[in-house]
Amino acid sequence: MLHLILFLFFGAICVAGAVNLLAQSHPINSALSLIVVMASLAGEYLLLGAEFVAAIQVIVYAGAIMVLFLITIMLLNAGKEERTKDSRVAILIGVPGVMIGAVLVAWTLVGRSSTTNSVPIGALWGAPKDIARLLFRDFLLPFEVTSVLILIAIMGAVVLASKPEAIARPHHNPPPREERELVAVGKDH
Amino acid sequence: MVPLSYYLVLSGILFVCGVLGFLIKRNIIAIFMSIELMLNGVNLSFVAFAAQWHALSGQVFVFFVMVVAAAEAAVGLAIIIAVYRTRETLNVDQVNLLKL
Repeated sequence: MLHLILFLFFGAICVAGAVNLLAQSHPINSALSLIVVMASLAGEYLLLGAEFVAAIQVIVYAGAIMVLFLITIMLLNAGKEERTKDSRVAILIGVPGVMIGAVLVAWTLVGRSSTTNSVPIGALWGAPKDIARLLFRDFLLPFEVTSVLILIAIMGAVVLASKPEAIARPHHNPPPREERELVAVGKDH
Repeated sequence: MVPLSYYLVLSGILFVCGVLGFLIKRNIIAIFMSIELMLNGVNLSFVAFAAQWHALSGQVFVFFVMVVAAAEAAVGLAIIIAVYRTRETLNVDQVNLLKL
C-alpha cells in the first residue's frame, strides 16, 4: 500500500513536470521542470531498489547535464519561443499521430499485464559492488569504448563551440599591442 | 506491491511527452530537452524490466545510456551555440539552410 502511494506520488510529479515542460514557452522554465522530472524519476528508481541508478540519475542527469543546459540557455539569452505557421501544422498532424501510438502502446501493456508479475518494494538487489563486477568483467569492452566516445565528444564540443576564426586562421593573429602602438607613434613623426 | 505494467505505463507517458515536445516545440533547446525526456522514459523501462527478470545488466544498460546522453548533450549544445552564432536565432523554422 505504501509502495503504491509512493509510486503514485513520484509518478504524478513526474508526469506534471513532463506536461509543464511542454506547456512552458520559455526554455528556462522547461529546463527547471525537466530537473523536477529527473529528480522524481530517481525516486522511482529507489522504489525499484536500484540505488546506484538513482544516485547517478541525480548526479549525472539532474546535476551535470542540466547544468550544461541551463548554462547554454543563459549564454544564448534565449527568450520566449514564437509560434509560426509550421508549428500549427506540427500540432495538427503530430498530436493525433502520437496519441494513436500512445494508445497502441498502452493497450498492449494493459493486455499483457497478466504475464508480468508485480514488483515488491526494493525488488532489485543491485548493490554497487555487483554492478561494478558486471561492468568491469562482462561489459568491459563497451565500457572502454564509451571512454573513446567521451574523448571524441569533448574534442567535438570544443571545436564546435569555439569561434570559427580561431580554427580557420590560427597563424594570422594581430600583432601584439605594444608593437601596434609603436607603429602608430612612428607614423605620427 | 505495484504491478510492473504501472512502471511501463509511466515510462510510456514520459516517452510520449518527449515525442510531443519534439514535434510541437519550436525552440531548438526545448527540442533537445524533449529528447532527454525520451531517454529518461526508456531508462525507467530498462530498470523496471531489470526488476522483473532479476537481471542486473538492465542497470548497466542505463549506465551506458546516461554516458551517451552526456556526450550527446555536450556535442548538441555546442552545435546549438554554433547555430546561434551564425544565424542569431534559436527558432528551428528559421534554420532551414545547411549553408548560409
